[in-house]
Amino acid sequence: MKKDSMAAVMSHKDRKKSFWVRYIAQIDLQLMVIPALVLIFIFSYLPMYGVLMSFQDYDIFGGFFHSPWVGFKHFKMFFDSPDFWNVMRNTIVISFLRLLIGFPAPIILAIILNEVAHIRFKKVIQTISYLPHFLSWVIVSGLAMSILATENGSLNILLEKFNLINEPINFLSIPNYFWGILISTGVWKEIGFSAIIYIAAIAGINPEVYEAASIDGATRLKKIMYITIPGITGVIIIFMILAVGDILSAGFEDILLLAKNPVLQDVSDVIDTYVYRVGIKNSRFSYAAAVGLFKSIISIALLTIANAVARKIGRSLW
Amino acid sequence: MRTINSDRIFIILIYVFLIVMSFMMLYPFWNSVVISFNTGTDTALGGITFWPREFTLENYKVVFQDKRMMSGFLISVLRTVIGTAISITCTAIFAYGMSKKHLIGRKYFMIMCIITMYFSGGLIPAYLINRELGLMDSFWVMVIPNIISVWNMIIFRTFFLELPEGLEESAKIDGCGNWRTFFSIVVPISGPVIATLSLFAAVWHWNDWFTASIYITSEHLMPIQTLLQQILSSNIMSEQMMQTNAAAQGHMASMQNVTTKSLTMSTMLVATIPILLIYPFLQKYFTKGVMIGSMKE
Repeated sequence: MKKDSMAAVMSHKDRKKSFWVRYIAQIDLQLMVIPALVLIFIFSYLPMYGVLMSFQDYDIFGGFFHSPWVGFKHFKMFFDSPDFWNVMRNTIVISFLRLLIGFPAPIILAIILNEVAHIRFKKVIQTISYLPHFLSWVIVSGLAMSILATENGSLNILLEKFNLINEPINFLSIPNYFWGILISTGVWKEIGFSAIIYIAAIAGINPEVYEAASIDGATRLKKIMYITIPGITGVIIIFMILAVGDILSAGFEDILLLAKNPVLQDVSDVIDTYVYRVGIKNSRFSYAAAVGLFKSIISIALLTIANAVARKIGRSLW
Repeated sequence: MRTINSDRIFIILIYVFLIVMSFMMLYPFWNSVVISFNTGTDTALGGITFWPREFTLENYKVVFQDKRMMSGFLISVLRTVIGTAISITCTAIFAYGMSKKHLIGRKYFMIMCIITMYFSGGLIPAYLINRELGLMDSFWVMVIPNIISVWNMIIFRTFFLELPEGLEESAKIDGCGNWRTFFSIVVPISGPVIATLSLFAAVWHWNDWFTASIYITSEHLMPIQTLLQQILSSNIMSEQMMQTNAAAQGHMASMQNVTTKSLTMSTMLVATIPILLIYPFLQKYFTKGVMIGSMKE
């Protein structure tokens, strides 16, 4: 109490002085955070400020401070370019396919694993399914290329054995197959690891509920429908919101690595790979930054909307 | 009775499904191991699936004799060790500072960190800034921009906040400053969290090919994943356009029985060995760090 009133009568100058006194007194503590904050400023905040270059004609010699401002020129250019519809279509279609197939896959795996009573069998399966997550996309794309190759590709060998085809198909050079290959490779890589969250959520369901259902004569399928799935809906919704916010991130490394064949560009170009191609490869920095900024703005809007919807039904991220 | 029967069928289906799935998980891997141990020219004839037809170690010999590949392997090891050590040390120190309630500016620093989790400038501005900083074609571009991970900081901080207060109190009474308390008291009891985050950071460093592919041009600074990526894309090109780039041509040595495909497979496996070696440790720790790990995705 006394302290409070003393603080109140302290003049502005005194308080300022005491701030520095306190600051100096904990300088060793401040030194623990200052270098990290400087790094965050340089590598996260400067690029955020740097997106303003999408309103400039960025010139590599003039740099950020000497490049002319051009308003929305690059945004207009992107919306008017023939690439726009193609890139948007691919981004949205690939994302929806991921939501439709890639999103439920680990949930189904988790539910199925939960039905396995044999602990060791379950452990072995889980160990196997985690492995691809820790391989780089370079390796995974290499494996995919090998399996799908015309030269000793296992898929072609299999199809030939069953006389389904007469000569090997070069799967990675046919646009019609690309989306399927991309989605399956993604599921192959991440299904096991993504399932962990759902396995943990299922483990949190009260076992007594299952026992009670068994006594009532519920089948396993019924228990899944009425206990397991409702029990993990909360987690599913949270991840769903995040997935919706990410809808314009249809993939990057996987697409760069799997769609190397130029004939695939029409079906493989998504916003992120497009930014990379025009920005880094063709050095059209301002244009690429504008496309990137367009993506960020839409993403933030989508995340906010998805969260608002989730809040309406009683669950939200923040 | 009907219930029991339908349940039995259900269980059988589940086991069949899981076994098929595991097969599909392992087969591509096993197939590439087999191809890497089979004579390249023989593989080109087709039909190599579960077992090598003409066993050979030649493919591996070529990889291990290839100076560029070995230098790539070394660069990968260096960046993984140095990158992980610096990043985990700096992030842990940062987190310890942030865990102290009397830290002046704590709230603002935290907001500053959280904003970076939702907004980012994106690829192009980051690229130009690294370029301005002179990180182009430097080993350090693979280390410095990734030193501080806000995610890891938050995880460390949560862990430090849960430590019993008495522990640090006694150190204070003994006259230890924050830094000494951190290194002599806090670090020794933070083993599991340090191990978990280090393993994830190390896997990230080992697997990252993209950073080097846009910032590094000197061949002697290329990590193995980036070299491998160049070889894989030149394969595609050679299949399509009958031309190979310098990286692949050099790699295709003068050995006669070796083909690009067999070499690619053996290189891929060499690049995967370190992951397989730390995988058992990963497994042990990541059950603790699962939530963290998945949320990082």
